[in-house]
Amino acid sequence: MPRVLLIEDDEAVREGLSLALTYQGHTVDAVRTGEEGLDLLSSVAPDVVVLDLMLPGVDGFEVCRRIRAAGDLPIIMLTARNDDIDVVAGLEAGADDYVAKPAQARVLEARIRAVLRRSSVSAPEVVAERYGDLTIDREGLVVTRLGRPVSLAPTELRLLLELSSSPGRVMSRQQLLESVWDQGYLGDSRLVDACVQRLRSKIEDDAAAPLYVQTVRGFGYRFGPL
Amino acid sequence: MTLRLRLLLAFALLSIVTAVAVAGVGYVRARDAVVQRAQDNAVIETTNRVEQLYPLPTRLDAAALERIAGRVSGREGTALAQARGVVAGSMDSSVITQELRDLVSSGRVGWQRVPYQGGVWLVVGMQLRVTSGGSSSGSSGVEVYVLRPFTTEIEFVGELARNAWLVGGAGLLFALGLGFLAARGVLGPVRELQLAAWKLGQGDLTARVPVRGRDELASVASTFNSTASSLEHYVGELQRMEADARRFVADVSHELKTPLAAMTAVTDVLDAETGSLPGVAGQAARLVNRETLNLTRLVNDLIEVTRFDSGTAALALDDVDVAEVIRASLRMRGFTDVTTSLPTDVRARLDPRRLDVIVANLVGNALRHGSPPVFLTLWIEGSSLVISVGDSGPGLPDAVLPHVFARFYKADSARGRSEGSGLGLAIAWENARLHGGTLVAANRPGGGALFTLRLPLGGER
Repeated sequence: MPRVLLIEDDEAVREGLSLALTYQGHTVDAVRTGEEGLDLLSSVAPDVVVLDLMLPGVDGFEVCRRIRAAGDLPIIMLTARNDDIDVVAGLEAGADDYVAKPAQARVLEARIRAVLRRSSVSAPEVVAERYGDLTIDREGLVVTRLGRPVSLAPTELRLLLELSSSPGRVMSRQQLLESVWDQGYLGDSRLVDACVQRLRSKIEDDAAAPLYVQTVRGFGYRFGPL
Repeated sequence: MTLRLRLLLAFALLSIVTAVAVAGVGYVRARDAVVQRAQDNAVIETTNRVEQLYPLPTRLDAAALERIAGRVSGREGTALAQARGVVAGSMDSSVITQELRDLVSSGRVGWQRVPYQGGVWLVVGMQLRVTSGGSSSGSSGVEVYVLRPFTTEIEFVGELARNAWLVGGAGLLFALGLGFLAARGVLGPVRELQLAAWKLGQGDLTARVPVRGRDELASVASTFNSTASSLEHYVGELQRMEADARRFVADVSHELKTPLAAMTAVTDVLDAETGSLPGVAGQAARLVNRETLNLTRLVNDLIEVTRFDSGTAALALDDVDVAEVIRASLRMRGFTDVTTSLPTDVRARLDPRRLDVIVANLVGNALRHGSPPVFLTLWIEGSSLVISVGDSGPGLPDAVLPHVFARFYKADSARGRSEGSGLGLAIAWENARLHGGTLVAANRPGGGALFTLRLPLGGER
């Protein structure tokens, strides 16, 4: 079972979530501050980080940015319920998904499973696909641009794999929520939009005039056509 | 009648009365004086000429009368002399009225203005009298009439009248101008007051009027200002208190959230373990679990309401297939006993999660309080999408209808609180409003409550 790093400043919430996640079979490392969490990253090598946004000292957004700068570890943030500004800022800082507090353990568990589900996109026979300057290796899960590997967070990679699996086909935000985030019509479409923005900033020449991930106004997104 | 019109009319009336009084009286007096003097002159002149006739010829035949008439006629006039039925002279006798004749035959000097040849002429008539024996005088039997033009004098009088009219008219215009200025002087501040009062009525409690001078209007203005000030003060106080109350609710909800988050996190653990807990302990654990989730829902709803109140609720708009959202909403909550009519291809730009909240609350409400079958219908009407949710129960009592969207309103005061947070319909209503739409409760003619949601389809933006 995956190893979870839980960063939460409130003792009771930390204890409750640790209990529940441990009960479901996860190995949980729970810490109180962002600094402690960042220190533990290298030593415990977690599979996923569950991060409270409101932290004393280094806040959740900053922790999120630092984790994202260091690598592609999946991040699920814990937010005050429906705090729109926090959600958007957290997604922009690189979080893959979020759970609003108070949340039942099974909800958090489902989100953890979703961000860890990496290769549900069925890999075709062709090992590496070329799209313009972009090469997508579905087997090795490596994306290169002009020959140089692009560092993508797991959700960003999954979104790119999903969109590029049928180039030219428009996918609605709801379809993407379902296939990439394991959420359906009632998921938060801002997850998709924020992830598309981050993906564009990494693979597009000009994120304002995207070539690969294009917006189809009124419907959703589409890969290409190139 | 407007105040401006009344003031102008009052000034006009005043000026007319004054003009009539001044110009009119002046004109009448001048006219009378001119006419009187002209008449007097004519009479005196005629009398003088008549006096020069003496001594009278003894034989008063036609030739003598002709001579008399010629001598009294003067340069401009004509004359007529008559005695004992003999008439002589160049004057047209038809202009002499019977009235004048009677006056003259009674021995007096008479005169009268008559119309003649398109102008006004003066007829002067008198008897020639002779003195016998020094004291008493008697009629010589000769009457003379002189007809002379009076046009010059009349023209002069006409000019006087014109002048009077001109002066009166100028006075009237001047008075109207003054009246207009005075009206503006009064009405300007009145209009300012009106504008300020209107602004105040529109909710702009900072509306004030400038206070000028020390007159009655200034005191009205300063009274208005002090009233507006105290209104502003009290409204501000009320708003502050209301904001405090709202903030308190928001703070309480947030404070409740942290312990609830810890409790909610472990409900799944408890759920899984209640089976292995002995009897009463298992029941107690289930109770705690259930109520923790109820409390969580209540606090979440409260927080949602405070977000509507503070205006921080925002739409996350998306282009969606509305039927798909509704189906997902019903499926997710396990609402299977709903007869739906969901046309495909109803696409709209809205916040799908808020639509989900509305649909879930309306359908949940119909399933809990109404009777089956519950139906949900979607259609497009103009630029709006309409979703109606109805049931087949007795419907809502008339006394309840206006309050169904009120917070914590319970149609049946005996009803327990386990039926939901009591905020569901209020939140649904707020969500409709946030979309720029409406949510209306009514009863169907055939019985059963009917909730109708209208949301703008939203265009490309």
